[in-house]
Amino acid sequence: MGRQTCLYDLHCALGARMVDFGGWDMPLAYGSQLDEHHAVRRVAGVFDVSHMGIVDLRGARSGELLRGLLANDIGRLRQTGKALYSCMLNEHGGVIDDLIVYYLADDWYRVVINAGTRESDLAWIASHAEPLGVQVLERTELAMLAVQGPQARELSAALLTKEAGSAALALQPFFGAQLADWFVARTGYTGEDGFELMLPATQAVSVWQRLNAAGVRSCGLGARDTLRLEAGMNLYGNDMNAVTNPLESGLAWTVAFEPGDRQFVGRSALEAIRARGSARKLVGLVLDERAVLRSHQRVLVPGGGEGEVTSGSFSPTLGRSIGFARVPSATGAQVEVEVRGRVLPARVVKVPFVRHGRALIH
Amino acid sequence: MSEIPAELRFTRSHEWVRQLPDGSSEIGISDHAQRALGDLVFVELPEVGRSLSVGEACAVVESVKAASDVYAPIAGTVVAINDQLRQTPELINREPYAGGWLLRLRPEVPGEGSGLLSASDYRVFEAQS
Repeated sequence: MGRQTCLYDLHCALGARMVDFGGWDMPLAYGSQLDEHHAVRRVAGVFDVSHMGIVDLRGARSGELLRGLLANDIGRLRQTGKALYSCMLNEHGGVIDDLIVYYLADDWYRVVINAGTRESDLAWIASHAEPLGVQVLERTELAMLAVQGPQARELSAALLTKEAGSAALALQPFFGAQLADWFVARTGYTGEDGFELMLPATQAVSVWQRLNAAGVRSCGLGARDTLRLEAGMNLYGNDMNAVTNPLESGLAWTVAFEPGDRQFVGRSALEAIRARGSARKLVGLVLDERAVLRSHQRVLVPGGGEGEVTSGSFSPTLGRSIGFARVPSATGAQVEVEVRGRVLPARVVKVPFVRHGRALIH
Repeated sequence: MSEIPAELRFTRSHEWVRQLPDGSSEIGISDHAQRALGDLVFVELPEVGRSLSVGEACAVVESVKAASDVYAPIAGTVVAINDQLRQTPELINREPYAGGWLLRLRPEVPGEGSGLLSASDYRVFEAQS
């Protein structure tokens, strides 16, 4: 049996089918995962993401720590509450994890890390934090709920006091704020508007039930995966890992090479790769045949060369299969994929596939 | 959980067979199987007229999560397929023992196949798997 979040009993009571995810017993779906997906695109859904790690970095040199540890530059965070998405790299430029960091004060940053890499991330961060006198505090007393969908913000804010609710609704995209005893962030992993709520674990069950009562549907990891895939968002462990770098993972946009004098772990390795040109790239694929792309399927590139599907599923919004694949950099607009013994044509497309409920692919 | 109709016979790979009054046999997948697969999105069915031996892969049911082969519980010739599944594969999720049937066979040997489980034996087997 894996680890359980504070919502475990509620998930079971709601009839969730539980699965292992990064060592945690998490809900895959409560009923139809397609219905859960559509609920998020059309109304609102709530996900338990308490298995992710919430880590506070406290100390005068916490900014310096993150400028050295992250491939994106937290020097870009000048407004309180502003969030930044970044990869954390090893010396070879491989991705240790992808994370979100919030700038709360000059001596206080909050980092949200993946469940599967939680322990190794903490050890890595701590080893760099110690010489700088930065404290690494894991906030295990907090639960995290992602409330996502076109009506998610309104329905969540209604659970707060009038004052805190209006402050929540006034948050700009990719900002967070401590409002009474909740940290409310306008972030997510679905391609829809919404909040991620970090709140005392003791409140999680009642907040979840009040959200359900307000019309927010319970959603599991199954829907979370199809939503993030449609939104063109990478999944750590599938689309990048410690032996792949951001430049071949569709994440070049998250690497801040400027200012040139900022030294971060992995920089010199990435600069060498950039100078000779990355041999591979991550692309979006659409399958027009009635079949489903799955991770590890072989991709055949016309004129020679091969790649691999890193994430694939059925897109509930588009009604056909989509995926990401890592392919040779010279790959053009068309490839073939080996799907259960058949070789099927697939189109190479720009991601995202879906944004704010609208299909961007035809 | 759907009630398991008493007249059905089951394989250990979670297919069911129903003898129809016209002598043909209807085949589908169990409620347990559709739950394990989750939402179905594509179904591949054999051509009418194809002859199948016992245990031969004769259809594919694919969900958001995974694709799975369906094996012929008995030998016979395909006489009908459920065309509705092309547009509405979720019928298998909603009505695994009724509207979600996959195909009908004219059995090679009349009567029920050997080695199939009764509904009550399948209920026990399903609880253990």
